[in-house]
Amino acid sequence: MLSRIAESLFWIGRYVERADGTARILDVHLERLNHLPPEDQHSVAQELLAVMGSRPEREDFGLPELLHALAYDRTHATSIAGSLGAARENARRARETVSSSLWECLNTTYYGLSQHRKDVVGTYRFCHWVLERTAMVGGLTDTTMSHDDSWLFLVLGRSLERADMTARMLSTREVHTAGMSWVNMLRCAGAYEAFLRTRRAAFDDRHAAEFLLMDRLFPRSIVYALRDADDALEKLDPSDQRVGFINDARRVVGQARTFLEFHRTDDLMIELPEHMERVQRAVAQASDAISRKYFNRADEQAWVGEVS
Amino acid sequence: MSDLFEDYAVAAARTGAYDEMFAPDQIARPMYRQLAGALASLDLADVSSRADSMARTFLDRGVTFDYAGEERPFPLDIVPRVISADEWNVLERGVAQRVRALEAFLNDVYSKMSVAADGVVPRRIITSSKHFHRQVHGFEPAGGVRVHISGIDVVRDGAGTFRVLEDNVRVPSGVSYVLENRRAMAKGLPEAFSEQPIRPVEEYPRRLLSALRKTAPAGVDDPTVVVLTPGVFNSAYFEHTLLAGLMGVELVEGRDLICRGNRVYMRTTAGEQRVDVIYKRLDDDFLDPLQFRSDSMLGCPGLVNAARAGGVTIANALGNGVADDKLVYSYVPDLIRYYLGEEPIISNVDTFRLEEDAAREEVLDRLDELVVKPVDGSGGKGLVIGPDATRDELDTLRRQLVADPRGWIAQPVLQLSTVPTLSGNRFGPRHVDLRPFALNDGDDVWVLPGGLTRVALKEGSLIVNSSQGGGSKDTWVLAESRNVPVEAEPRHSISIRERTSVWPVESSWRDREAEQQQ
Repeated sequence: MLSRIAESLFWIGRYVERADGTARILDVHLERLNHLPPEDQHSVAQELLAVMGSRPEREDFGLPELLHALAYDRTHATSIAGSLGAARENARRARETVSSSLWECLNTTYYGLSQHRKDVVGTYRFCHWVLERTAMVGGLTDTTMSHDDSWLFLVLGRSLERADMTARMLSTREVHTAGMSWVNMLRCAGAYEAFLRTRRAAFDDRHAAEFLLMDRLFPRSIVYALRDADDALEKLDPSDQRVGFINDARRVVGQARTFLEFHRTDDLMIELPEHMERVQRAVAQASDAISRKYFNRADEQAWVGEVS
Repeated sequence: MSDLFEDYAVAAARTGAYDEMFAPDQIARPMYRQLAGALASLDLADVSSRADSMARTFLDRGVTFDYAGEERPFPLDIVPRVISADEWNVLERGVAQRVRALEAFLNDVYSKMSVAADGVVPRRIITSSKHFHRQVHGFEPAGGVRVHISGIDVVRDGAGTFRVLEDNVRVPSGVSYVLENRRAMAKGLPEAFSEQPIRPVEEYPRRLLSALRKTAPAGVDDPTVVVLTPGVFNSAYFEHTLLAGLMGVELVEGRDLICRGNRVYMRTTAGEQRVDVIYKRLDDDFLDPLQFRSDSMLGCPGLVNAARAGGVTIANALGNGVADDKLVYSYVPDLIRYYLGEEPIISNVDTFRLEEDAAREEVLDRLDELVVKPVDGSGGKGLVIGPDATRDELDTLRRQLVADPRGWIAQPVLQLSTVPTLSGNRFGPRHVDLRPFALNDGDDVWVLPGGLTRVALKEGSLIVNSSQGGGSKDTWVLAESRNVPVEAEPRHSISIRERTSVWPVESSWRDREAEQQQ
C-alpha cells in the first residue's frame, strides 16, 4: 500500500484515540477542578495542560481557557476538536481505503463538534458525546475494514496512542492538591468496575496504578496496549520471526512492555513518574521509527493538519 | 435574586413550615449562601436545560425505580439540600446513638428479653409484632452484629428541630440515589461546588464492604461477600446492581445459592464457592422456605440454619423488623436510656399508643387533625392524613382502630421543612425528609455524610415516597473547613523526593543507527 495512505491511517488511529483519552481526562478532572477555589483552579489548569503536552499561550490561564485548549480549540491537535478534525482530514485523504461507514462516522463527528455549549456544564455532555463517537469509530474500524495492512496501521496508531494516553492519565495524578483519588483515576480509564472485580477488598493507589500500568487483560492498560502495538508491528513485518530485530519500533515497544510487565517493585508510587515519562518517550520513539520505516518521504514534506 | 424566586417568600409563608434555605424575609441561611449566589446567576432556560440534561443522564445510566411495572427515572431536583457542619455533627451522633440502642435491643429481644422483664417495653408488644421471628430466637449472629446497615428517617418540624420519624433496620434502600445524585449534581450545577468544601459520599461502597467483611464468621481469612437480590423485578434492583458493582462482589439470586452442612455455597463456573457474608436485600419472609413462607422461590432453603450454626453472616440479621415496628419506635427514647444510659440526642415525634385507653379516646376524638399509620407499613402505605381525609375514610379508619389498636399509631401532622424545588417555571417550597445511612461494623457506627433527601414534588403534599410522586435532592454536608478536604492526601512533590531510576539506561541506538546510515 502507499506510504502516504499508511501514514494517514496510522494518524487516524492516533487522533481518534487521543480525542477519546482527552475527553476521559477532561471529564474526570473537570469535576475535581470545580471543587477548588478559583486561585487553585488557575495553577491546576496550567499543570493539567502541561501533562497533556501543551503550554499556555497567555498568562491568565483559567478554567475557561483550559476548556478551550483541551476541548474546543480547532487549531491544535492537543484538543478534542483539533484531534477529531485532524482525523477526519486524514480520512479524507485516504477515503478510498477506509470503509465508507468509517468515513461517514468521522465526518458526522466533525460536523457535530460545533453543536455543544462551551461552558462547564456543556463540556460534560461534550465529553460524553465524544466518547460515544470514538467508540463508534473503533467499532466501525474493526467490523467494516478487512484486517489487512491498512487496518493494522490504524490499530498500531490507536494502540500506541492508548498507551500514551493512559500514561498521561496516571500522570495527572500528580496535578491535584485536593487529591485525584484512585477511584477517579480508574473512572478516567473506564476501568473502575473491571478493577473492582479483580481486587475484592484490599485496594489503594498502588493497586490502581498497577492495574492501569500492568494488567494483562484490561485493554486500556499500558502493557495491554503496547502488546497490541507489538502484535500489529509483527504482522506488518513478518520477516523477522526468529532472532533479534530489524525494526526499531518493535525494539522500543517490546522493551518498554517487557520491562513493565515483568518489573518487580517495592514502591510503585515513587517510580510512577519515571514509568510515565519513559512510556511516553517510548511511544514517541516508536512513532518516529515507524515513520522512518514505513512512511519515508521527502524531508520537507510535513503532514498537513487541519487549520481553520 | 433571579425571577425564579419570585413569589417564593409568599408561598413559603403559606406552608407554615420551616424553610431550609431561607430565613423569614427571604434571606438565605449561611450554609446556603454559596448556593443562592450560584442559582441567582441562572435564568429559566438555563435551569431547565440543566434539569433536562440531568434527567436524561439518569435515564441513560438506568437510575430508575419501578413504578407500576414501568422503569422511571428517579426525579432529581436541581436545588440541593445543604446541612451545616454543626447541624450534621448533632445528627451524626444522634443517628449513631440510635443504631447502638437498636442493636442492643435486638440482641436482647432474641435472647433474655430483659427489656421486658425490667418493664421498659411490654413483652406483649414485642411478641405481637409481625416481624418478631421465633425462628431466630436464641442465637447470636455470626460476627455479632445485627444492624449492619440502617436508614433512620429524620424530619425537621415547624420549629426547625430535627426529629426521628421512623427507623429502618431491615432493608433500608435509597443509598444508590445518594451516590448517583452527587455525580449528576457535580455535572449539573458545577458552579455551586467551588469555594465550599462538601463532604464526599463516594466512600460508602468501600465502607460497606469492609463492614460486611469484618462481620464474617470467625475463622474465615478472606471472606466472600455477596449481595442477595430478589431479582430484576424488584423495585430497588438498580440499587442492588450498583452496590454489588461498586463493591466488586457477586449479585446472586436465591437459585444461585445452595446450603449444605450449614454452609452456603454459590454455583460458579469453577464449581461451588463458599459464601461467608450475605448482604440480604429481600424480606425475611421470603428468605428461607423451610422456616418462613414455604411458597417463596426467591430464597434458599437452609439459610436460617446455616446462620444459626454460625456458618454464614446475614446482613441485616433476621428478625430485625421488630425494631421497625412503629409501636416499638415510640419506646426507642426509653431504650436509649435503658441500654446506653444516655439521653436521646434526637427526639421522636410525639406518638399516641392506641392501646392506652386515654390516648385512644383522644385520637378517636381528634382523628381529623392527626396522621394515622399502620405499625408495619412502609413506603407510605396505609397512611391516613386526617385533615386531607374524607368523612368516609375517617369512619372506616375509626372502625379499624377500634378493632385493632395494636396495628396503628397516631401522630400530630408535622409540617415537614421545605426546600426550594423547581416546578414548572419557578422554584416553589416543597416538603422534604432525610434518610441518613449508618454502617455498623461491630466496633464503630459510621454515618454517611448526608443521606437521601426525599421531596414531595406536589405542592403542599407531605408524602415524599417515590411510589407516590416523590423525588429526591442531593444532600450536601459542609465540612468544617478546607483543612479537612475531600480526601486528605499530601501533595506528592517529586522535586523534593529523591528520584531513583529503575529503568535501564537508554541505549544510544538511534545515534548508532544514524551513524550507520551515513
